[in-house]
Amino acid sequence: MCLDQIRTGEEVIIKEIPDTMAKTQFIRFGIGEGSSVICHTKIPFGPVVLRKNRQEIAIGRELAKTITVERSTHVRGKNA
Amino acid sequence: MSEEKTPKKELGVVKTTHGGHSHTGSLAINLPEGCKKIVLAGNPNVGKSVFFNYFSGLYVDVSNYPGTTIEISQARYGDDAIVDTPGIYGVSSFNDEEIVARDIILSADMVVNVVDAVHIERDLFLTLQLIDMGLPMVVALNFMDEVEEQDIEIDVDLLSDLLGVPVVPTVAVKKRGLAEVTATLDDAREGNQDPFLHKKLHEMLSRVGSQPEALMVLEGDEHVAARHGIKPAADREVIYVRRRERVNDIVGHVVKEKALVETVRQKMGLLVMNPLTGVPFLVLVLYGLYQLVAVFIAQTVVGVTEEALMQGYWEPFIRGIIEPIVSESTPLGEILIGEFGVLTMTATYLLGLLLPLVLGFYLALALMEDSGYLPRLATLVDRALNAIGLNGRAVVPLILGFGCVTMATITTRLLGTEREKTIATAILQWAIPCSAQLGVITVLLAAIGGFYILLYIGIIFLTLAIIGTVLARVLPGKSSPLLIDLPPLRLPRPDNVARKAATRTYYFMKEAIPWFAIGALIISVMKITNALTAWQNAWAPLTTGWLKLPKEASTAFVMGLVRRDFGAAGLFEMSLAPMETLVALVTITLFVPCIASLMILFKERGWKQGIPIWLGSWVLAFGIGGILAQILL
Repeated sequence: MCLDQIRTGEEVIIKEIPDTMAKTQFIRFGIGEGSSVICHTKIPFGPVVLRKNRQEIAIGRELAKTITVERSTHVRGKNA
Repeated sequence: MSEEKTPKKELGVVKTTHGGHSHTGSLAINLPEGCKKIVLAGNPNVGKSVFFNYFSGLYVDVSNYPGTTIEISQARYGDDAIVDTPGIYGVSSFNDEEIVARDIILSADMVVNVVDAVHIERDLFLTLQLIDMGLPMVVALNFMDEVEEQDIEIDVDLLSDLLGVPVVPTVAVKKRGLAEVTATLDDAREGNQDPFLHKKLHEMLSRVGSQPEALMVLEGDEHVAARHGIKPAADREVIYVRRRERVNDIVGHVVKEKALVETVRQKMGLLVMNPLTGVPFLVLVLYGLYQLVAVFIAQTVVGVTEEALMQGYWEPFIRGIIEPIVSESTPLGEILIGEFGVLTMTATYLLGLLLPLVLGFYLALALMEDSGYLPRLATLVDRALNAIGLNGRAVVPLILGFGCVTMATITTRLLGTEREKTIATAILQWAIPCSAQLGVITVLLAAIGGFYILLYIGIIFLTLAIIGTVLARVLPGKSSPLLIDLPPLRLPRPDNVARKAATRTYYFMKEAIPWFAIGALIISVMKITNALTAWQNAWAPLTTGWLKLPKEASTAFVMGLVRRDFGAAGLFEMSLAPMETLVALVTITLFVPCIASLMILFKERGWKQGIPIWLGSWVLAFGIGGILAQILL
């Protein structure tokens, strides 16, 4: 599943960020491959806003489409 | 871990003297021998400026970092110097701000790292990077009041142990903990570096001679590597992933928090981002901006400053002094105190009209910046800007363009790709009126009423959308995606907002005054030599035939070549019908940018892009203005 398909409030684990620049920036913001994040909101046709603890990050829709994620209902509360 | 420090101690000497590589030498304060350079570093929006103001006292030197629009503040602090840096999430060269921050940090003798305690997970990444650089430092853990409010517990002592540097809890805006930070400066020390990096750093160190630079090269920084004539290493990802793991580990040990509660501010943050509520909010913001700049300042304030003060007192006063010596009817008198006189019209226009307008605009911009609204606005408009080949971040140069197109053109550098820079620059140079021009336009539009205002906005907006869409289609390549951090909404601090606006206004005026005087001079000379009439006649077919305006309107275009607002100001004196005013204003708005802006355009985009953009604005202005005239007049 890709990041643009998640629903508001859903918790997912980031599997792969293929773009290296994006990956670098994600790591600085506190999110790496394997991190668990919550979809804070989705702007219609626009960016996906993720939340990890108190950190909010806006990701353009086209970039979101390239990022693979996995639903994480069974590991809720576990922060990678 | 403190045993490790001994061999690295001498580095303090080495790293400040990397020979010809000093990159902060051109900053204004000359540092005496033995003076230590204390650098403030931190993520964006962590309250760094409050720390700087506390350290610096009254005498602050604000200057543009060479080759950029980034303002760097520095001041003396006792026998030492304190230097502020732009907010960054990590040290490298991804954009201008990072490059400036990186160079200042590389030349630091000591770092005060300001950390947002609420977002400690994000901020400690930079902290550990600074530690890996081997810089002696102190961490100020700011926003401790918000930490308490949100029921987060942070074990400060443990954090200090794990980092290996002093950590001081602070609430900067309430001045809490600031004295403790200064008292701790003497205890600044190198922190616990990543043992994994140790060997690699040591090898690289022997090649570049300074640990901070060695780390930069290891992390693949091309600029720093090039300075030493070596190839950047390809270890960034490994180092970053490890550093992130170390941060998460530290955070896991020192932070205890109860369940996350959605705060009111978070809810507001969501509301201004989602189109359903965000668009009406944006309209409200723009309306507020209009009320402030176009109604209150352009009418009430300018009524006092321009009419009462400058025209009422200053002009008669200066005429009274000059007239007995040089008569207004002589050429020199015409230049000094004539219709476009340097001492009369120019002074009135600059101080009475431009100054309050520009200050008002920068106040509004600083409010938007400091409240954390801009990143959310970028998120809201991302989709719309995608349509014209840009991403949400371009909202910053575009908004700045309404302040000063010249400055905004330079900030297009923060955009991700050349393609985006070209599109944004073209839009700025063609279709965005700057604050000075906007001020004059608003005064003219306000006189002819609401319907024309909407029509004007609609036409300019449509033009902008068409230009962007066409460019996005025609230009090759792909635009970069949006990826930004959304800081929490915070109430802006009045002193910060005022200081920011005052600094920017000062630089704007400093830039504007000489060009404006030159413009006035040219017009006066043209008037004396009758070249103005010749120019008007030469343009007559275009002005009267195609644009259907009186031929005097072409004076506005010669003035517009020098400064955009000057062009619009030229329309003041003419009595135009409402529709004529509209046509003239649309043409002037789309007409060529001012000389300063043109210089920057060539500097940033080169001749190959600059010339088509400049010539394009002639075609665009007279094309659209003319079509309007043919339909409406």
